[in-house]
Amino acid sequence: MDHVTAILVSVLLAAAPLLFAALGELVTEKSGVLNLGVEGMMLVGAVCGFAVTAHSGHAALGILAAALAGMALSALFALLTLVLLANQVATGLALTLFGVGLSALVGKPFVGTPLEKLPDLPLPLLSHLPLLGPLLFDRDPLIYLAALLTLAVGWLLARTRAGLVVRAVGENPEAAHALGYPVRLIRFACILFGGAMAGLGGAYLSLAYTPMWAEDMTAGRGWIALALVVFSTWRPGRLVLGALLFGAFTIAQLHAQALGLAVPPEFLAMLPYLATILVLVLISRDAARIRLNAPAAIGKTFHPDH
Amino acid sequence: MPPDASVPRLALTGISKSFPGCRANDGVGLTLMPGEIHALLGENGAGKSTLVKIIYGVLQADSGQMAWDGRPVSIASPAAARRLGIGMVFQHFSLFDSLSVAENIALGLDRPGPMKALVRRIAAVSARYGLALDPDRPVHSLSVGERQRVEIVRCLLGEPRLLIMDEPTSVLTPQEVDGLFAVLRQLAAEGRTILYISHKLDEIRALCGRATVMRAGRVVGSCDPAATTSRAMAEMMIGTGLAVPRRGPQSAPARDTVLELHHLFTTSDDPFAVTLADVALSVRAGEIVGIAGVAGNGQAELLSALSGEARSPDPGMIVIGGVAAGHLGPRARRSLGLAFVPEERLGRGAVPEMSLADNALLSGYGSGGMVRRGLVRFGRARRYAERVIQHFGVATRGHATPARALSGGNLQKFIIGREILQNPRLLIAAQPTWGVDAGAAAQIHQALLDLAQGGTALLIVSQDLDELFTLSDRIAVMHGGRLSATTPVDQTTVEQIGLRMGGIFEERTETDHASS
Repeated sequence: MDHVTAILVSVLLAAAPLLFAALGELVTEKSGVLNLGVEGMMLVGAVCGFAVTAHSGHAALGILAAALAGMALSALFALLTLVLLANQVATGLALTLFGVGLSALVGKPFVGTPLEKLPDLPLPLLSHLPLLGPLLFDRDPLIYLAALLTLAVGWLLARTRAGLVVRAVGENPEAAHALGYPVRLIRFACILFGGAMAGLGGAYLSLAYTPMWAEDMTAGRGWIALALVVFSTWRPGRLVLGALLFGAFTIAQLHAQALGLAVPPEFLAMLPYLATILVLVLISRDAARIRLNAPAAIGKTFHPDH
Repeated sequence: MPPDASVPRLALTGISKSFPGCRANDGVGLTLMPGEIHALLGENGAGKSTLVKIIYGVLQADSGQMAWDGRPVSIASPAAARRLGIGMVFQHFSLFDSLSVAENIALGLDRPGPMKALVRRIAAVSARYGLALDPDRPVHSLSVGERQRVEIVRCLLGEPRLLIMDEPTSVLTPQEVDGLFAVLRQLAAEGRTILYISHKLDEIRALCGRATVMRAGRVVGSCDPAATTSRAMAEMMIGTGLAVPRRGPQSAPARDTVLELHHLFTTSDDPFAVTLADVALSVRAGEIVGIAGVAGNGQAELLSALSGEARSPDPGMIVIGGVAAGHLGPRARRSLGLAFVPEERLGRGAVPEMSLADNALLSGYGSGGMVRRGLVRFGRARRYAERVIQHFGVATRGHATPARALSGGNLQKFIIGREILQNPRLLIAAQPTWGVDAGAAAQIHQALLDLAQGGTALLIVSQDLDELFTLSDRIAVMHGGRLSATTPVDQTTVEQIGLRMGGIFEERTETDHASS
């Protein structure tokens, strides 16, 4: 693998956890629910994935456990916001705080435990393609899963009746209710999907990206994922672009530090986050595009009886 | 269709439904026969909406029986209602703004089939019934009238055997209403039943074979609308005599001009928006000028240009009380004596979650001394709200009630009252009685006539021609972003104005374009 390919691969790997988490949040938000607990769900996913893999020796079990753990945390969120009608913003923030603490507690015995990195799975034939082969088709299974899920979510949302109903519920829950759609059930399902995806994003960090567990190892990636959803104007295709862009910034600052540029490393570490803010500001200037794609009812509590 | 036409399509007996603090339906009985067009009449809050929601499965009755084609049924959900063959056009449109027309229609069907076939079916139905629609357009770019067409087409695609129509004609031209009536009669002749809810008594008399009248949750009578006068029906509805708005003696001519528009035009980035072109108009003190037109012909653009929400390219295009105001914002225009009643009561005319006192403060803070040195004087705001409530007979528990708790008619009385008590030089009102019951509409009309009598200039933008002919001294018509010259109301007829609203004498090619 030449140097350029190596850099591109590292960008891809840095983008993957973001893509998982943001894709889940995108579906949640499309149904009209804002779940700010992504960071917490990622951390819980990361620690559970690590713990189960370390105990059982099977990465597949760990990945499954991560998805279920994220889902369990999101089920708590769904219960609070959909059934008990709690405020979504406050509940989401609380969920993140809860996830940070819980993952630190559960992860205590695993700090410093070594783990083998999730093995790469070269696809037959495709991995021998020039250039693209080593870059895209000689990766770990979670990368393939992320790509498949992105395509599936894009297709489901845009082309199928199920996706149409999700968008309708996020746009005008009262009207959807009047037409006879089970608004809360649909939102519950979307929130669970968001939780599972955040868990997978966390598992990617602790099993593949840096195979280890460290407290707070997501380092704000859950928040970046939330920003990426807005950046993408709620479209999965653009989400991939945003995740890669952020991945590139992460890698660029690592390389810049390695090269020993005369810039404080703290400043370089800030770059990805600064870029996120800058991009959000630029995106928000186009009000028409936001209006067309943003779920109108996002963040609003739905009372079915009115 | 069932073989026996003497079995009621739907028979309700003893339907009751209570909400906390209110008995919305109390032992309601209603019988709908196949092929019948049946009117359901009643003021806002009489329980019509609750009854209709029970029929459509949105709400469940506390007690009572329903029989469909003679067999007892319970309708647990709108989907169950649609399976029986019940379709409904909602009064408050149940549409999704960011979705396309075709997607919106697909959501209202239980088996919409592939999108391409659905688009063809939509085109077929809209052509058959003359309801022009572009299936690919997003709903947020449609006018109120066009949105209603989406609802109607969505319903017709479900092949309903009972079609519930909640105030369907409020946004149509007289000619379009005639077209819709032809459609409804055709549907009835096919054996379908139509339950028709409207406040427009003349329409009910022209269309419906039977009418059931509700008041305070109960059925108070039924009649043959064709053999009953509008006035008698209105009085049955409100339970007392109806005050017909009366004009005072004609005011003296040649008063000061309060509002002048000179070559007003607008531009827009939105490819679907209507833009105004060369609009000219003048309104004098003590005069009411009406602007007629089908929704989506530039009224919204004209209103936001007038209110100051959109600034004009040149200050001199809009002159209020002799001052060039085109560059001024809403607040500066209000200080010139402008008062404004927008079309959307909730969200624009009033903040739904805020109390009436706070809502009074929103537009009245300047004239009522309700704000001093940046601090709100809540006592004054409360007293001002109480004054509006008393003066205009707003039925509410008091100034602390949130705006959304008021019925449409009561809230509109409050909003118009709030503007009138500021003694404006110029009042601009959009759809002042849209969706408002007959009693409240009469009160609002009287208040507007009295205001003009007192020397205020009034500009009324409405799609209700009866309203414009009741109120206006002169009428102009908007079509395709252009405004016709005004005609004195006694020199024209509803038919002439209606034809102009359809663009018959002008801009014919544009109408054809819009319906293609």
